[in-house]
Parts: sequence; C-alpha cells; structure tokens
Amino acid sequence: MTLRTSESTGRAGAPRLIYRKPDVLADRSTHYCPGCGHGIIHRLLAEVLTELDLPAHTIAVAPVGCAVFAYDYLNVDFVEAPHGRAPAVATGIRRVRPEAFVLTYQGDGDLAAIGTAEIVHAAARGERITAIFVNNGIYGMTGGQMAPTTLLGQRTTSSPNGRDAALMGYPIQITEMLAQLPGVAYAARGSIADASLIGKLKAMIKRACLIQVEGGGFSLVEALSNCPVGWGMTAQESLEHLKGPVVDAYPLGVIVDRGVGAAAPGAVRAHAPGAPAGPEA
Amino acid sequence: MTDPLESATGPRPPQAETDRRSRVLMKGNEAIAEAAIQAGCDAYFGYPITPQAELLEWMARRMPELGRAFVQAESELGAINMALGAAATGARVLVSSSSPGISLMAEGMSYMAGSGTPMVLVNVMRAGPGLGGIGPSQSDYFQATKGHGHGDYRVPVLAPASIGEAMELMATAFELAERYRTPVMVLVDGILGQAMEPVELRFRCPERRAFDWALTGAAGRPARIIKSIDLVPEVLEKRNAALQRKYAEISRREVRWATECLEDAEYVLVAYGTAARVARSAIEKARARGIKAGLFRPITLWPFPSRELARVARHAHAILAVELSSGQMVEDVRLAVEGRCPVGFHGRMGGLVPTPDEVVGALKALHGKVERTRERDREQQQKRQAERRNGQSPHPHAVVDGPAEGAHRVEAGAQAGTREGGER
Repeated sequence: MTLRTSESTGRAGAPRLIYRKPDVLADRSTHYCPGCGHGIIHRLLAEVLTELDLPAHTIAVAPVGCAVFAYDYLNVDFVEAPHGRAPAVATGIRRVRPEAFVLTYQGDGDLAAIGTAEIVHAAARGERITAIFVNNGIYGMTGGQMAPTTLLGQRTTSSPNGRDAALMGYPIQITEMLAQLPGVAYAARGSIADASLIGKLKAMIKRACLIQVEGGGFSLVEALSNCPVGWGMTAQESLEHLKGPVVDAYPLGVIVDRGVGAAAPGAVRAHAPGAPAGPEA
Repeated sequence: MTDPLESATGPRPPQAETDRRSRVLMKGNEAIAEAAIQAGCDAYFGYPITPQAELLEWMARRMPELGRAFVQAESELGAINMALGAAATGARVLVSSSSPGISLMAEGMSYMAGSGTPMVLVNVMRAGPGLGGIGPSQSDYFQATKGHGHGDYRVPVLAPASIGEAMELMATAFELAERYRTPVMVLVDGILGQAMEPVELRFRCPERRAFDWALTGAAGRPARIIKSIDLVPEVLEKRNAALQRKYAEISRREVRWATECLEDAEYVLVAYGTAARVARSAIEKARARGIKAGLFRPITLWPFPSRELARVARHAHAILAVELSSGQMVEDVRLAVEGRCPVGFHGRMGGLVPTPDEVVGALKALHGKVERTRERDREQQQKRQAERRNGQSPHPHAVVDGPAEGAHRVEAGAQAGTREGGER
C-alpha cells in the first residue's frame, strides 16, 4: 500500500502525511471474518510496537484460535504455541532472551479455559512478558461454541438454549483474578467498540508494553472484541452488543498498575545462550 | 561389527582432559543433570515427580549458580512449553520427568517435532499405567518409540545401561537434537535414576552452531516463524514428507547398539537399560551351566538396530528379550528377526526387576524348547529320507504364516544347515 504524500508527490498543497500504516503490519488481505475486531487489535499492536521501536527485538507467541495466523499480519519473529500454552512458551523465551520483547496474543478460550494454569503461573511468577488477551466471549474458529467468558443467557452452538449458570457455571473475569497477584505489574481492560474506546485501548497496550521495556513484571491487556458471525449479528449490532451487555459483565478500565516495581524474575539474567559452558565440574 | 560404543560416544576427549579424569560416586539423576550442564545446557524446565526429582533439584542449585535458566513449572505441560519457547530461540534446553509427566508432555513433543525445535527430554521411567507406582520400569517403550504424541513423527530415543553411559549420551542427545532439529529422548528407568555408581567426570560439550531458524528478533532480516500448522493439505503433506526424509536419514546414520559375548553365542539376550545389566549377569550364570549366551543391547531404541539384530538372528538358536515390562521392545525384536529364529520373552511389571536367575530359568526353558524342536526336525528329516528311499514322494513343504511354532521349526532346521555349511 502506498500513501500519496506531499513528499512523494512533491507538490505544494498535496495531502499532508498525518499517518501511515506501520511497516510491521504485513500487506495482505485478512482471513478474519467481516467486522471482526482482531484486525483492529493487530493494527493497534503494530502501531505500539513501531512507536516504541520494538519490532526488531520482538519474539511473539501465536495462540490456537482465530489469531493462530497472527504471524501472517505482523512482521516479527513468531513461535506458535499449543492451545493455551503461550504464557509458558513466552516464559521459556524470556528466560533465555533477556533482551527480547516478549509478547503473547491469546483469545478467551486459549487464555481463560485451556490455558488457565499457564497464564496464572506466568502472572504469579511475574514473568516480564506482555499478554494481549482478546475476549470475544466465544470459540470463533471452531464454529462459535461457548467460551469461559460467554455471557449468561448467550446462545452459542454448544449452549443452544443460552448459557445456564446452573449447568454451565458463570463467566470468568480472569483479568480481575490475575490482577490480585503481586507479580502483575499492569492489568487493564479496553474495548474496540468505537473510535474513542479504540484510542483508550491503544494507550493501555502501550502502557503494558512500556512496563516490560522498562523492566517491570507481567502485563496484560484484555481487549473486549466482537464476533459478528459467532454471535449471529451484523457487525453494527455486535458493536452495540459490545457496548451494552458485554461491558456490563466486563467493566472497562485499568484494574491494577503497579508499575515497574512489581516482581520480574525474568528481568535479571546473566547468561546468554550460546555462551560456551564453563569448566565447572 | 564396528565398535558400537565408539559410534555412541563420538570422538574421545583430548589427552589433557583425559588426564584430569577422576572417578566419583554419583547418583544417576544428578550425574545426568551435571552431564547436561557440561554439555552446554542453557535452560532447564521441570516439575517434581518421583523417581526423577533429584535431577530437578540438582538443576535448581546448579543452573542459577552458572547464571543459566531454571524454572520449576506449574505442570509438565508448562515445562515442555517453556522448553519450546526457549528452544525456539536456539537455546540448548533440557526437560525431565517420569512416566505420568511424560504423558502430559506428549502435546509439546508433537509440536516440537512438527516445528523442528531441538530439545532433550529425559524420562526416568516408573511403573504404570495411570499413577502406577514409583518402582523402576520400562513400560514406556511404546510411548517413547512409537510416536508419543499425535501425528506422523518419530523421536530419537537413547537408552543408556549405566550412569556413565547416560552421561556420555547426554552430549550425544544435544548433538542429535541440533543436527536434526528434533526433540530427543533419553530413556532411563528408576534404577538408573536412583542408583549410585562410580563414574568418570568426563564431559563433552557439543560445538555450537549458528541456527538460521532461531528466533532472535527480526533485526536486519525477514521475520522467522516456528510453527507446525499448515491448513493446505498439499503443503502439509510436503512438510510431512520432509519430516519423513529426516527420519529416514536418522534411521540410516544414527543407529547405536552394543554387543557382549556374541562371538560364540547360540542364545542371544536382547535387553536395554537396567534389563541389560540383569541380562549381563544372567549370561555368566548361563554359560556356567553350559548355555552359550550373549547380549545384544540396543542403545538407540528408535531407530531400532533392526538390521544388526537380524544379522545376529541368522546365527542364533533363539533370542530372549528381557524387559521391565509386559513385553514391548520384544515386538521390535520380532519385526527385526522376521522368524529367522524363535523369540522368547521374560519380563516383570509393576516396578519389579527380573533377577539373573529368573532370566537363566527363562533361557533354560527356551533352550529346552529349541532343542526339542531341533530333535523333532532331525527325526522328520530322517523319516523323509527313508520315505524317499522307499520310492514315496515327499510331503509338500508346509508354509506357515506368523510366529507359530511351526514357523520356528522350519527356520531352525534351515539354520542348522547354514551352520553346518560353515558360513560362520
């Protein structure tokens, strides 16, 4: 994609460059469904990484779920994790690559169901990693089944009569749970529901990334997102739904900001991999 | 036959190092851990489980001392995936567990095999199934050699029979892992993990290579991706074909085995790990009782030394597989032997170890059976010759399918002929 700018046209009075697509965002058509929020969140992440000059240092972990192909859109080093294990994979990277910027990008099934143990313990250890947690309340890729974050009463392909607390339990506010842990430097929840909220979400992602850069512990941003296809709504309806019942269940805002003072055992590392083994015996 | 131990251990250490050799008493788990450290292990991830806990504990003390990474994970799932992350950056990574924990690691192993991520995993086997018990066992042979997790993949499996050999094989394991971009398993049982033996403090650190696949941050180069997913079947098939080519190369180049007393052996014990130690004692006892026994010891369980064992089987009266299981490796033994001689089995389960006397008993039973069969063969041959002399046509040759006793009989007869022909 090429933007016509005053520099490129060289003519006075031509459009002035006020923004351009970050280079770290790949030029390719999306595999995400029409109206899906992943694209917005990818874009925000690309902007933040670029603004903080991080792409060349980033090692990112892709989840299992719709965002499994995140590496198709973000031109940074990526490793694919088994379903839910991204925080463990990120821990391994962090512990041998102290200089890297380490990122996970996970959905709600990945982070709040199958990967609960991994996210809780990465947070408890205060791992110096940043988790981008996309909560759309559904398993999108497998056909719209109930997720741990699915709202009470919400119909999905595996809760066809609506989520019934007596049978299926309650939605998990996992970001609030994680915020309890002293190793968590930053935990916040934003939304992609409108332009103003998107701006706020970007500020949260930037703060979370900065904390890692400055040596702080675990940081997490939950992005409330939509799934028009899985929810059985138009894109516009899904955004209205996001602003209504979804936000009622998952309030927006910064839940905890302990800054860089939070524990970060991954921050201090002396040994670089590849250094020859010492003569100890 | 080339010296298999030479091929197993690679180049000998330089003289200066040899001079510094000394023997100390070390526990298996600790010796394995230290050997990994000396082989340049950058990171260790584990979770407590008996009988491998000392390995984790050794690493907990030593790795931070050396400024290297140690994490006690929240589970074996956590440990293997931490290993995936660290290994994806090109670090030399060790993970260890025991049987139930290894089951949990199957998922990660499959991803690492699929994405070509090198890593060494030690399984200090205990008795199963389920929670089973904490006694030594070899009942994870199928799991280790037949794929472990989901998908079409293999993992090189190294099975030392002593603590000293385990130490040597740790360096070999890292070498294989990095050469072939694959997880490698070192398979020991609870005895090798828990026992103490005098060992030489002789270590080897495989040379470091630059990896053109490692994730280090995409500075000045295109971004790299380590993944196993490919939703286009044609592309995924190509990926799989490349994997299979790699496995074919490993099968061709990396088979390791050892033999003892095979020169004049008529009865061959096939055993690995602790079972091989028992077999070694049984051979002495059997020879004292007039049974010429020898040992064939696979060191790589995958790739299994099939061709080498087949050669041995051509000259053996019978083979007896000895395992700390219900009989798992014996299936690979039968596949290798292909009916060339009878194959017997002796094993104990539940954390028990066969005694040398038990093995000698099994050997004597096999010996008696083979002798009776050979006697019958001789009688039948004489009968046929007599019939031929009397002008009667001989019975059509019976073709027996499968490992029925008849098949053994035919083979045993044919073999006796070979031996009389002086091919040995």
